[in-house]
Amino acid sequence: MSNNTNKKYRSQSKNRRISLIVTYTILAVMAVIWLIPLLWIFISAFRCEYQPDGTFIGRVTSNFFPRAVGFENFRLLFTETYYGVDHAFVRWIVNTLIISVIDCVISTFLVLSVAYCIAKLKFKLRKAFMNITMILGLFPGFMSMIAIYFLLKSIGLSGNPSHPELSLVGLVLAYSAGAGLGFQIAKGFFDVIPNALVESAKLDGCTNFKVFWKIILPLAKPIIIYQALMSFTGPWMDFIFAKVIIGADNAKYWTVSVGLYSMLFGTHPDTNLFTQFAAGCVIVAIPIVTLFMFLQKYYVEGVTAGAVKG
Amino acid sequence: MGTDSKRGKKAARSNPFRRIGNSFSEFGKRFTDGSVGTKLSHFIFGAGSFYHGQIVKGIIFLLIQLGILAVMIFCPSINNTPYGWKALVNLSLKNAFEGGEFDPATGEMAIGSDCKLMILFGFVTIALIFIYFIVWNLNIASSYKADNDKKVGKKPTTIKEDLKELLDGKFHVLMLTPTCIAATVFTILPTIFMIALAFTTYNQQDMNNLGTNLFKWNGLQNFAAVFTGEGSLGFEIKNRFLPVLGWTFIWAIFATLTCYFGGIILALLINKKDLKGKKVFRTLFILTIAVPQFISLLAVRNLLGEYGPINSLLQSIGWIQEPIGFLGLKATDSEILAKIMVIVVNMWVGIPYTMLMTSGILMNIPTDLYEAARVDGTSTVKMFFKITLPYVIFITTPYLISSFVGNINSFNTIYLLTGGGPTYPGYQAGGTDLLVTWLYKVTIDQGMYNTGAVIGIFTFLITATITLITYRRSKAYNEEDTFQ
Repeated sequence: MSNNTNKKYRSQSKNRRISLIVTYTILAVMAVIWLIPLLWIFISAFRCEYQPDGTFIGRVTSNFFPRAVGFENFRLLFTETYYGVDHAFVRWIVNTLIISVIDCVISTFLVLSVAYCIAKLKFKLRKAFMNITMILGLFPGFMSMIAIYFLLKSIGLSGNPSHPELSLVGLVLAYSAGAGLGFQIAKGFFDVIPNALVESAKLDGCTNFKVFWKIILPLAKPIIIYQALMSFTGPWMDFIFAKVIIGADNAKYWTVSVGLYSMLFGTHPDTNLFTQFAAGCVIVAIPIVTLFMFLQKYYVEGVTAGAVKG
Repeated sequence: MGTDSKRGKKAARSNPFRRIGNSFSEFGKRFTDGSVGTKLSHFIFGAGSFYHGQIVKGIIFLLIQLGILAVMIFCPSINNTPYGWKALVNLSLKNAFEGGEFDPATGEMAIGSDCKLMILFGFVTIALIFIYFIVWNLNIASSYKADNDKKVGKKPTTIKEDLKELLDGKFHVLMLTPTCIAATVFTILPTIFMIALAFTTYNQQDMNNLGTNLFKWNGLQNFAAVFTGEGSLGFEIKNRFLPVLGWTFIWAIFATLTCYFGGIILALLINKKDLKGKKVFRTLFILTIAVPQFISLLAVRNLLGEYGPINSLLQSIGWIQEPIGFLGLKATDSEILAKIMVIVVNMWVGIPYTMLMTSGILMNIPTDLYEAARVDGTSTVKMFFKITLPYVIFITTPYLISSFVGNINSFNTIYLLTGGGPTYPGYQAGGTDLLVTWLYKVTIDQGMYNTGAVIGIFTFLITATITLITYRRSKAYNEEDTFQ
């Protein structure tokens, strides 16, 4: 009898070990598949191959691993003149940084204020506000993009020949103005904060503003960080809005994603810029990935809240 | 019984006619019952406030009234296009008021007029009129409230008290106003404007051919073009609409389901009991989310490209002779292969995301369910289908819907990977184009704003139908305010 159970246990643990090994293998294979394209961009950024006649090879080559490595791509990226703009890449980075910082502050503020109202305050048009937001969210974003462009252009904040730099202001407006309508995840977070907390503070004579400032906001750190992360990284990832609003011939004020995209697929694509493109990708990706990794906990929290709330 | 009376109340509240009736009788009451100031407020904004000694408030109301009236009467113009009452007339796109560009001889607009600005400014003016009436109502309500305060012996509120109230009882007004203004200008107005374009002849190609930049209203003709094929892009929209629509659906279904189930399976694998290095694996997959999509997708595009490493690897081991056009970048490439490839690559993009999301949910499944099943001798596979899957699907239904809608509008994946290719000669819409990428090409590349708007409206109708049917039935919507 006892012998029998022993055998059963042993075969069970053997089964478990086999299934563990299978799981490890599958995960390892998947991890490799998932990382190969990123790894390829990363090592392409350091590729430093020359033709026999001494010209630099910047295009996509058939060899996955480079034959020679160096920092030539990064040097070119920072010193080269692209589209007639000196130090174009540095400018693009600075443009994107400015836009993303301002967008981050405005968007986070708008999202939090709307989410708090919808989750914790009772007022007449609450349900109507939610329904309208939902309907607006169903229109494809590109539809309004063109109209936003016309609107910005008519007030001189886009395609302004005498002040091309104003396009950056227009782009910030376009990014952050609608942010308050994306309150759903933050609202889901505020929903879970017990109402008793709010009620008791009000009994103690707190105004709604004080409740928000002194009680809700300190508790909302995860969602603040999540929203800030999302709105900060947004401008680094978007390129369609930036391309339309800043304009294809306004290369000095492009954001970094528009610039990098144009290197390979713009109106004057140059296949020999591929390795410089890869170097640019590495420079953009490293800070963003680092940010994500540091704030991973908050990101996961936000994403999970989004799953349940939709 | 209790629910019945509740339902009755709800019906009464939501009956629009009764609601309008109620508010009318309230308007009447305010006029007859109100003080002289309240009565005057109906004509001069802020009169009631001045009457009650609320000077600052009165000045604000009055300035708003004068400002809006000034715009309406004097019609300031930008880029030679006026606001105000002239903008309302201009909305007809006939006999427009246009500085020197309106040709009185023909009664038509002359070349140089900007019809799109006329429509835009017409809507802005309508929005101003709405604002006028909202402020009108606010100013009467404010005065009426002061009347009532006086009746019960209270003093009318001072500006200081009003501002304080903004931080407490009216806190939502303070908090929602910025978003409401911004959303009106940058979301609602543009959306209405684009919807309006669907009913016009605004089409850069036609306008170039005619040597004009004028366009007109043309009713439902652009929508009819889907069936009749008339108009400058009618040929395209008639022949390509149904294929693109069909592919958009196939894409959305496959993209949603593959990522969803792939993500759940990956989450199960990573969260397996006794598995070491959970954190390492999870971090590796989060890494691919953190890299901006335009980088990772363009990387894949180059990797799979004609001269990329994958094609040369396959060639060097002798499996293929010629490079394969995986992504339909040339017109001769296989369309089916391109379609399969975008779905596969999309799994690469989407699975880590679902994995992340379902991980938390999987850990929350009550373990006693599994214990009970294990005692009954249920197999692991059966447990997955009978416990895990139903539980996860139940919780994530709202996400499934929103990700389906998101995939219908999934611009980046298609645009960055295939650019919509393989192209069809003579058409804008290629083999892998979705409605949104088609919309983009038609409007941004071709300047066919009316056709683009028609495609956009169809996209909206599809997503709206799906969302309304499924979402309104879901628990998440109906019990949204259980927390309140």
